[in-house]
Amino acid sequence: MTASASSAISASHPSAGGWRTLIRAYATSPLALAGLVLLLVIVTAALAAPWIAPQDPYDLSQLDIMDSRLPPGSTSADGSLHYLLGTDGQGRDMLSAILYGLRISVAVGFSATLLALALGMSLGLVAGYAGGRIDAFVMRAVDIQMSFPAILTAMILLALFGQGTDKIVIALVASQWAYYARTTRSAALVEGRREYIEAARLLGLSTPRILFRHLLPNCLPPLIVVAALQVAAAIALEATLSFLGLGLPVTEPSLGLLISNGFQYLYSGRYWMSVFPGVALLLTIVALNLVADRLREILNPRLQPQ
Amino acid sequence: MTLFLLRRLLQTAQVLFIMSLLVFVGVYAVGNPLDMLVDPQATAADTARVAAALGLDQPLWVQYWRFLGNALQGDLGNSFLHGTPALQLIVQRLPATLELAVSALLIAVLLGIPLGLWAGLRPDSFGGRTIMAGSILGFSLPTFWVGLMLIMVFSVHLGWLPSGGRGPTREFLGLEWSLLAPGGWRYLLLPALNLALFKLALVIRLTQSGTREALLQDYVRFARAKGLPPHRVVGVHVLKNIMIPVVTVVGLEFGTLIAFSVVTESIFAWPGIGKLLLDSINQLDRPVVVAYLLLIVFIYTLISLVVDLLYAALDPRVRLAGGQTA
Repeated sequence: MTASASSAISASHPSAGGWRTLIRAYATSPLALAGLVLLLVIVTAALAAPWIAPQDPYDLSQLDIMDSRLPPGSTSADGSLHYLLGTDGQGRDMLSAILYGLRISVAVGFSATLLALALGMSLGLVAGYAGGRIDAFVMRAVDIQMSFPAILTAMILLALFGQGTDKIVIALVASQWAYYARTTRSAALVEGRREYIEAARLLGLSTPRILFRHLLPNCLPPLIVVAALQVAAAIALEATLSFLGLGLPVTEPSLGLLISNGFQYLYSGRYWMSVFPGVALLLTIVALNLVADRLREILNPRLQPQ
Repeated sequence: MTLFLLRRLLQTAQVLFIMSLLVFVGVYAVGNPLDMLVDPQATAADTARVAAALGLDQPLWVQYWRFLGNALQGDLGNSFLHGTPALQLIVQRLPATLELAVSALLIAVLLGIPLGLWAGLRPDSFGGRTIMAGSILGFSLPTFWVGLMLIMVFSVHLGWLPSGGRGPTREFLGLEWSLLAPGGWRYLLLPALNLALFKLALVIRLTQSGTREALLQDYVRFARAKGLPPHRVVGVHVLKNIMIPVVTVVGLEFGTLIAFSVVTESIFAWPGIGKLLLDSINQLDRPVVVAYLLLIVFIYTLISLVVDLLYAALDPRVRLAGGQTA
């Protein structure tokens, strides 16, 4: 019964036409479009890794130790494979290793961001809407969290928990939730005083319903921008931690671990083992940043012509 | 002013206390260092004796209470592995990290402000655009990757600079300095550059946007209308006003530099506290990890206090009222 009333009230978030305008605004920047295309290619390649990679880099029966440390463009000893990007110390095709590594890096980056977003957003919404003591408590925690660099928080947690995919996701969430909490809270403070929230309250809607159906959609634009930037930060942070040997275990080599493994060969001039995974990491981060930058431009009301 | 200082000091003490509790419980909740310290073939009695000697047989709150009491007297416990005070281990290596961090900060400021000014004064020129594009790269490239590239290009490929280690140092005021020793700068340059890159990008962006904003202000237009030469307008009127955000951020970021030195130190084998932390984490040397973290927290809060005071000195509009909190 209240459904029709509430849908009329919460009509201020973008409708189908609104999304079309946004997409058109996004497409006016060729650089941002290129970033988006690059990002789509990377994500597709990461998802499709098991099907498009020349070999399964972690199936030991497919590796040939005779093929180790081959420079880019070599052919395998039995002539069956062409190593486009060379091989590593165990005769693993670098291209395949990079595709599988990309898969892990992208999965960790995106899942950590989504979890941090969910956690930070909920806390921020509650803090901004409830105010008072809850607000003070949450924001104090945010302040303390944000006064330490993300890498330090993540390093401490990983030092405590040890290695593992789940653990690095927890560490990334713990070091990033505060950004979302702060952003959501400030948006919720502004939006919470609007008439439609008061109307929803007068209609007797439940608090969770007001928070998530009415307040949240209107707090989303700044959150999307922060999230886009934080995915890149999460991927870079995971790579750094894995490079330091604190992140993912050797059985799940992300790009950071591949770079770390190739590091020892760098001194002897075998650059491809660390440079190519690095380029893949770099392209991912740059593509995400380009997309995030454009989103910030089109979602920022202050930059929009009235 | 006094009230402000007192309040801030009280806050610092609060944060330190909370952090010590969190860090202590966290670090002590995982892994049993006895596994690392005692020979696997030792008898249970031997293990118990070592545990008693290190105080590890006591309940956690007793251990914390003892730790807190000692910490207040400046004793953060002995390293399990080295047997020497943890704080002493860290303090011994602190100068190496500080020299690295200060050099990185100098590079960031001395290069960043002129580049940012250039880009801010000519935002549409080729040079300005290149600088800004470069700063985006500086932001997004992970530090460790840049470090690898520096080693690959300057050490392996060109052979100009050493790829790691601290090299020769010279003693001055009781501390070892790379910069004072002949050839010491060659070891310092790459790591410092690596550590500086992120801050350099930050300083460039801050200076650029500050300059662009300042150029539109009335005081700059007035200074120009008065017929002041351009170098004076930029050097005095613009520069002075953009220094406030730059000083704030650079100051606050100094702590981040020390934290990020973990990455740079491990790549360039620089013998500072970051490398010590990584080694201690891997060897479950709890007291060193706890001491490192508390020291970092302390440095952090100290820096933010100094930045607030500097802020007030630079900008007379800011009053250090007792009520304002961060």
